[in-house]
Amino acid sequence: MGKVLMKGNEVLAEAAVHADCRYYFGYPITPQSELVAYMARRLPEVGGLFLQAESEIAAINMVYGAASTGVRVMTSSSSPGFSLKQEGISYLVGSELPAVIVNIVRGGPGLGNIQPAQSDYFQVTKGGGHGDYHIPVLAPSTLQEIVDLTMDAFDIADKYRSPVIIMGDGMLGQMMEPVEFKEKVESKQFDKSWATTGTRGDGGPKIITSLELDADSLEKRNTLLQKKFAEMKEQEVRYETYCTEDADYIIVAYGTVARIAMNAINKARETGLKIGLIRPISLWPFPEKPFEETRKRVKGYISVEMSAGQMIEDVRLAVNGHAPVDFYGRTGGVVPTQEEIYEKIITVAGGLKYEHENGI
Amino acid sequence: MSMKTVFERTTGLTEKPTHYCPGCTHGLIHRLVGEVLEEMDILEDTIGVAAVGCSVLSYEYFNCDMTQAAHGRAPAVATGIKRVLPNRFIFTYQGDGDLASIGISEIIHAAARGEKITVIFVNNAIYGMTGGQMAPTSLIGQKTATTPDGRNASVQGLPIRVSEMLATLDGSAYIERVSTHDVPHILKAKKAIRKAFETQKQGLGLSLVEVLSTCPTNWGLDPHESLDWVRDAMIPVYPLGVYKNEAGGN
Repeated sequence: MGKVLMKGNEVLAEAAVHADCRYYFGYPITPQSELVAYMARRLPEVGGLFLQAESEIAAINMVYGAASTGVRVMTSSSSPGFSLKQEGISYLVGSELPAVIVNIVRGGPGLGNIQPAQSDYFQVTKGGGHGDYHIPVLAPSTLQEIVDLTMDAFDIADKYRSPVIIMGDGMLGQMMEPVEFKEKVESKQFDKSWATTGTRGDGGPKIITSLELDADSLEKRNTLLQKKFAEMKEQEVRYETYCTEDADYIIVAYGTVARIAMNAINKARETGLKIGLIRPISLWPFPEKPFEETRKRVKGYISVEMSAGQMIEDVRLAVNGHAPVDFYGRTGGVVPTQEEIYEKIITVAGGLKYEHENGI
Repeated sequence: MSMKTVFERTTGLTEKPTHYCPGCTHGLIHRLVGEVLEEMDILEDTIGVAAVGCSVLSYEYFNCDMTQAAHGRAPAVATGIKRVLPNRFIFTYQGDGDLASIGISEIIHAAARGEKITVIFVNNAIYGMTGGQMAPTSLIGQKTATTPDGRNASVQGLPIRVSEMLATLDGSAYIERVSTHDVPHILKAKKAIRKAFETQKQGLGLSLVEVLSTCPTNWGLDPHESLDWVRDAMIPVYPLGVYKNEAGGN
């Protein structure tokens, strides 16, 4: 299969179809509405089902219902709508149900705007709903990576019986790039004997619930969940590094910001500055290894984000005091430019002082 | 001398003793649902959705696959299940706090979409599990933990008549309000529940049975007085009867 030119939101939808997702429940919200519309047209073609819910709350609970039958199911939204899904996401974790949830992040807080942002980092990585939990979060930076990570997201969800979040920013959802959908070699088989599909032929009643009234029982359940999260931390870390081997300073950025940062790094290297990049692909579990490998020899890190500084907290934890961590971010849907990031590099690494009226 | 069996435990329920208060009619409504599932021989093809409230543990009592939903969201969860498994029987079992308050949006839209699910809606005009607070279905003048001087229409608004409201939606196919205050009405309630599942079998749309029920603990009445209160206070506000019957017949 050759390459096709598509919009990010549609790429994500088609990748889900390629991952055998046949059920989608969602509610329109900009800037991810193309994903909803694509699923409405595409799923019936492959014998699946698209249903527009009355709200994001209903949509995530329809996902919960469909997931309880063991099928691959997805929903998507953008920041304000994603907030509404938090209740259902906590229940999915508590009841150990697999599902893929997409957040194409836009500017906030409140209604904010519809421009690209990364200001939901805390919400997706620290557990936006109630209770002690973590969810694997994948953050693609190219449209081809959307394809690959979406396919993987469904496998991770089934493997751990857990929701998985794909976090993109509005720019990634709206941009067009050529992508290739590789046919799946072989579908992995996952145990679905827990699914509530009726008891015919499989013995006694099965129950899907997150309720444990007895404190000791609930603690035991939490201990099992924590074991699962620990396994995810072992198995599901993903990142990419660029020019870190000889780097004096390392930029940390994810999603589309990482692409812009890479251009700034190339420009800096032309002037002789040794700058590298760590690009977390899994935002949770956060990649600690590339920091452990570099933190004793670099002069510092710069976290660059489309937020007022959220990922920087995880960067600081990973650096653990071994080197200074600087920050550059834009908020409200403003995308940092290559020039701004370059100037930040010069300020930090080149010893020069630049004034940035709009920078933070 | 041989004994004739005149009554047996339904296979529609597990053998676990329920946690319900003395005089609460949840247990017998469970039994009616269990008997209908057994008599229709659909237990193995049924998935129930438990709600939040006193009936949250109903998943331990119904002898079929069960999924527990967040507060008020049972119709959305049931929608997700039914859309994946159109040939299974899906029911929700929800109280009035769950369905008529926090979940009013989910039930209205499930009905509007004509979801082919059956809703057992237990209305006892109060929040039970959380300790007797006002529900949208509480009667005017009814004293609850959050209306200590009685529900005042000018402050807390007026009761919602769910059956009448949902019957106005074209997607609802069978809607009946029944009561549990005496044996003839209990038998009638069972017929309504049967009819609701038959409606689902025919794929006609959403079926809902509103069952007027008791809450002696939070009403501050004994079990007998509670049954009288259903008859004398609730039924005048919530008239019994069939509000929608797309299948026709009795």
